Amino acid sequence: MIVADSTQKLIEAVEKADSAEGLLDAVEALSAARDEAAIPTLIEVLRFNNPGAAVAAVEGLIDLQEVAVPHLLQQIDDYNYGARAWAIRALAGIGDPAALDILLKAASTDFSLSVRRAAARGLGNIRWLLLDSQKAFLAQSEVLDTLLLVCQDGEWVVRYAAVVGLESLANTFADSRFDLMDKILQQCQEMLQGDPELVVRARIKMALEQL
Amino acid sequence: MEELDPHIEGNGNSLTVEEAIANLQQKEDLGQRYYAAWWLGRFRVNSPEAIEALLEALEDEEDRAPDGGYPLRRNAARALGKLGERRAVPPLMRCLQFPDFYVREAAAQALEMLGDKSCIPALRCLLAGGVAAATQVPGKPHLVQPYEAVIEALGTLGAKGAIEEIEPFLEHSFPKVQYAAARAMYQLTGNGVYGEILVRALGGEELHLRRSALIDLGAIGYLPAAEAIAETLAENSLKLISLKGLLESSLEGNCNETLTLLPESKNILKLMDSLL
Repeated sequence: MIVADSTQKLIEAVEKADSAEGLLDAVEALSAARDEAAIPTLIEVLRFNNPGAAVAAVEGLIDLQEVAVPHLLQQIDDYNYGARAWAIRALAGIGDPAALDILLKAASTDFSLSVRRAAARGLGNIRWLLLDSQKAFLAQSEVLDTLLLVCQDGEWVVRYAAVVGLESLANTFADSRFDLMDKILQQCQEMLQGDPELVVRARIKMALEQL
Repeated sequence: MEELDPHIEGNGNSLTVEEAIANLQQKEDLGQRYYAAWWLGRFRVNSPEAIEALLEALEDEEDRAPDGGYPLRRNAARALGKLGERRAVPPLMRCLQFPDFYVREAAAQALEMLGDKSCIPALRCLLAGGVAAATQVPGKPHLVQPYEAVIEALGTLGAKGAIEEIEPFLEHSFPKVQYAAARAMYQLTGNGVYGEILVRALGGEELHLRRSALIDLGAIGYLPAAEAIAETLAENSLKLISLKGLLESSLEGNCNETLTLLPESKNILKLMDSLL
């Protein structure tokens, strides 16, 4: 890949940063360049255990949209769950159906609650128009089934994310999937009565007000 | 920062309640006793047998750390804090006078969780001498008393009589002690000046102090902090926990049947959505 000099300098600045604050500034600058050549470096930053820089890198990756997806899928970190959570968050923000399989698996099976949380939210954010309608139809049912399962997660924040996922999924349907809408509303009503956490019930209430 | 994923703890779920209590009562395997004490707290086992075994562990002399500390007592105190049994209050109050700093700290935290005001005088005793006496123990990372835990407990327990003793700790040289004092002062007075001290701490240089301020703001549910919490340079997991505390405080007095969301609650929920 040919890397523009200006981007190369920004990449070097990230590599050379010697303080948390310096790293944050360098990552913000690299993200703002919106250059495909920055992608591997931005993904590397997700491993640094610097939450400020990771937020900036995720935003940069989301801004780059689909071109970042193959890199993210390839470089997903099986060992470092912090890095994996940030990568899933980037995929969730982009909404490319190419990430569907990994999001479905992460939301229901990852051992890290941050990963499950990010994935559950991402499942509501898939851009269905990028799939042909028949594939989308099948995938939507699968996404709904997974989100309904994730609504039983032991961690409140994952259930919260599943509710947000269900709400955005419902919004992407417009008027096309009454069958799935029924299931979503039913699930919300059940959790509004039964979820032990006030914050989850409050989020459901807000979802129901606008669904 | 480690997440509180139970799966990381290995096969914690595979013990039965009976096994855990038996493990705690035997005297041969100290590691198993220590683990069982934690386990009973983690899985909220508050049967009379479990409480009895933990109270006994609170008097243990066998399990000694190289520094002379009492690891099993620490874990037993922490577990008792989670089990909501008032019977544990007097023994935990006695622990506040124990030589092991970490036993005193665990006891103060447990007494905070149990919410029984009868321990307030015993907690206040540990503040004797004020800031001047609150110096670091030579060669140790901690102060002579567990001031953070004691001050936080007094705030949670509504110990208004202790306001004058707590306030000077806003000027202590340890930032976390300052935050504990700000947190307690806010709880005891409702004055936003103290909430704002914690909001400023969110912009501090060190990540561990920003984390600490996030936890404190969540614990006191200081609503004006919502945006600042969302923008803090820290893990989203921690910011979400902090905002959950604010949300709950914004809904105080709201019963489930008629859950009504005011704009400030919705604002907090939207901030939480942005952090998922």
